Amino acid sequence: MNVIELVKVNKIYDMGAEVQVQALKDISIGIEKGEYVAIMGPSGSGKTTLMNVIGCLDTPSSGLYLFDGVNVSEMDDNELAKIRNRGIGFVFQTFNLIPRSDALHNVELPLIYSGVPVSERRDRAKKVLEMVGLGDRIHHKPNELSGGQRQRVAIARALINDPAIILADEPTGNLDSKTGDEIMIFLEELHKKGNTIILVTHEEYIAEHARRIIRIRDGMIESDLSIEKNGKVKAPYAAEKVSEGSGGQK
Amino acid sequence: MTFGAEFKEGFKLSLAALMANKARAVLTMLGIIIGIISVTMMGAAIEGLTRAFNNSISAIGADVLYIQKWPWMSGDEWWKYRNRRNIKPEYADIVKKEARLAAAVAPTVARIGTVKYQNKVASSVFVEGTTADYAYVTNMSFDEGRFFTAVESRGDRPLVVLGGDVANQLFPNQNPDGKIIQINGLSFRVIGVRSKQGSFLGMFSLDNQVMIPLGQFERIYGTHFQATINVRVVNQKEMDNAKEELRGIMRKIRGLSPYQEDDFSINQQDMLTNAFNKIAGIIGAVGIFVTALSLFVGGIGIMNIMFVSVTERTKEIGIRKALGARRQTILVQFLIESTLICLAGGLVGLGISYPLSMLVDKFLPTSMPISLAILGIMISLAVGVISGIIPALRASKLDPVEALRYE
Ligand SMILES: Nc1ncnc2c1ncn2[C@@H]1O[C@H](COP(=O)(O)OP(=O)(O)OP(=O)(O)O)[C@@H](O)[C@H]1O
Ligand SMILES: [Mg+2]
Repeated sequence: MNVIELVKVNKIYDMGAEVQVQALKDISIGIEKGEYVAIMGPSGSGKTTLMNVIGCLDTPSSGLYLFDGVNVSEMDDNELAKIRNRGIGFVFQTFNLIPRSDALHNVELPLIYSGVPVSERRDRAKKVLEMVGLGDRIHHKPNELSGGQRQRVAIARALINDPAIILADEPTGNLDSKTGDEIMIFLEELHKKGNTIILVTHEEYIAEHARRIIRIRDGMIESDLSIEKNGKVKAPYAAEKVSEGSGGQK
Repeated sequence: MTFGAEFKEGFKLSLAALMANKARAVLTMLGIIIGIISVTMMGAAIEGLTRAFNNSISAIGADVLYIQKWPWMSGDEWWKYRNRRNIKPEYADIVKKEARLAAAVAPTVARIGTVKYQNKVASSVFVEGTTADYAYVTNMSFDEGRFFTAVESRGDRPLVVLGGDVANQLFPNQNPDGKIIQINGLSFRVIGVRSKQGSFLGMFSLDNQVMIPLGQFERIYGTHFQATINVRVVNQKEMDNAKEELRGIMRKIRGLSPYQEDDFSINQQDMLTNAFNKIAGIIGAVGIFVTALSLFVGGIGIMNIMFVSVTERTKEIGIRKALGARRQTILVQFLIESTLICLAGGLVGLGISYPLSMLVDKFLPTSMPISLAILGIMISLAVGVISGIIPALRASKLDPVEALRYE
């Protein structure tokens, strides 16, 4: 079963005075558990909007969105919060750590919101921070960490609740290429461990880490290709998958 | 996430947020601090005055009517009563004979005089002339000896009963009983010392007086003095009836025709209590006004600072929401923050007003009961919640995408 299933999803922004921006047009995508997908496209094409919809931060104007088989389009705020908390791990371009809190507390946050008791969440947060190689930095505040370290804290935070998918919107966008590569190697490892990853990027060489590349333009899917391990592009990917998926929902 | 955990987390966060902006938090607290000081100080003043008043007022029996030339609390109409004829001590005998509702009747006349014992002098003493019946008008208690008897009083014997202060002054370390003292040059034998009653509203001492038989008083000072006819009513329920009865008797004594107004006043404790309640009410109203105003201004200040705090932390709210914080979680977090500011303000206010009330107590009776402190805390909590609710709601309703995009 697809962990993510978008069927004819539209996102329209009302700008007032009868001006509308259609950020997403009839987007249909199915993503399976364990996939590693890159979303590419020019600036303003709707990548972030798509990520926000997938991440349940935003709701589509129309269309159907099934997360792990559950219809998200009809959920209320609290239910969406719960999905964001347990089902999704976000990694942002600008890290989005809480400046006043140290690395440990930042990583703990999702567990606080899921009601995990203090001692357990401390232990788990420490373990994940060790996993991303920051075991000796747990009491550093974000401004006491390098960009790469901050992004690793953010990845630790995304992982802590063992989410079904990890969403990374240009995770290397604010990093130099060497640090960016480290982060990509890290995501690669997570993928190998079986995590589902969706990544937005502008860079072809970053996108090549993924096993599937979805290109969008003007809010529409331009192409959806899967890549063989050797880097060669396989036949068009989504066409048959999506039509197959969109049939039997609900 | 349970409410308890939410509360704990919110508390920690708010504390951290306040610590990060100490100066701002303190400035914001000012309104609340002032509000709490004013509410507790006003409360303490009213409480203290009431207590002092109740202590003092018991010296004026609740079941006693006082026939006098002047009404108590006459306000600025005093000139209307100036030309009234004097109240004479002899009226007491007539009242005693005719008033069915009177349990005891005694006249009193008073004057300020000087009292001496050997080389000790007590000046500015209230010298009061009365009859033995006075003992039945008020509940007198004695440290030493007794009051004069009916026989002694009728015989106008040179006997004196001392007030506590006068006794202390003249007889610092000996028993006054049986000693001979001088009042304006005439000799009197001490037969009793009254127990101390304290001061009236902290203004003048009720113990700075001596009591002598009426005839002796007239011998010293003459007969042209204002008397008060003290009438104890058989039953407090009969006060109004007794008053009417006395009025009739007095009008007859004074020979007033039906269309003439009363040319005497019948006073009672009620009048003082009413007047006092009015004063306490005014102090209370002013206090409530000042308090409400400063709490209102303080609350607005806090609301304002909370809006600033929410705006400043828009991005943070977005992050928290992306990580799964519910509306309620964010709401609680900001509510706790505003409440903490107010609570801290309230505690600081109490910390200032408590010693202040002790200081004021040296000049004016004040007393701050624990209930007032609790009230202060409750008020500051309420202001915190009320002024924080709108900013907190706004924070909780922020759209996560918008909030995350905020720079
Ligand atoms: N809140 C909004 N209100 C109005 N229009 C919006 C809003 N958010 C996004 N848009 C519009 O939707 C379109 C897609 O924006 P989006 O942020 O998804 O682009 P993007 O592909 O992520 O671009 P970039 O690569 O620059 O990050 C843009 O035209 C943008 O102007
Ligand atoms: Mg974007």
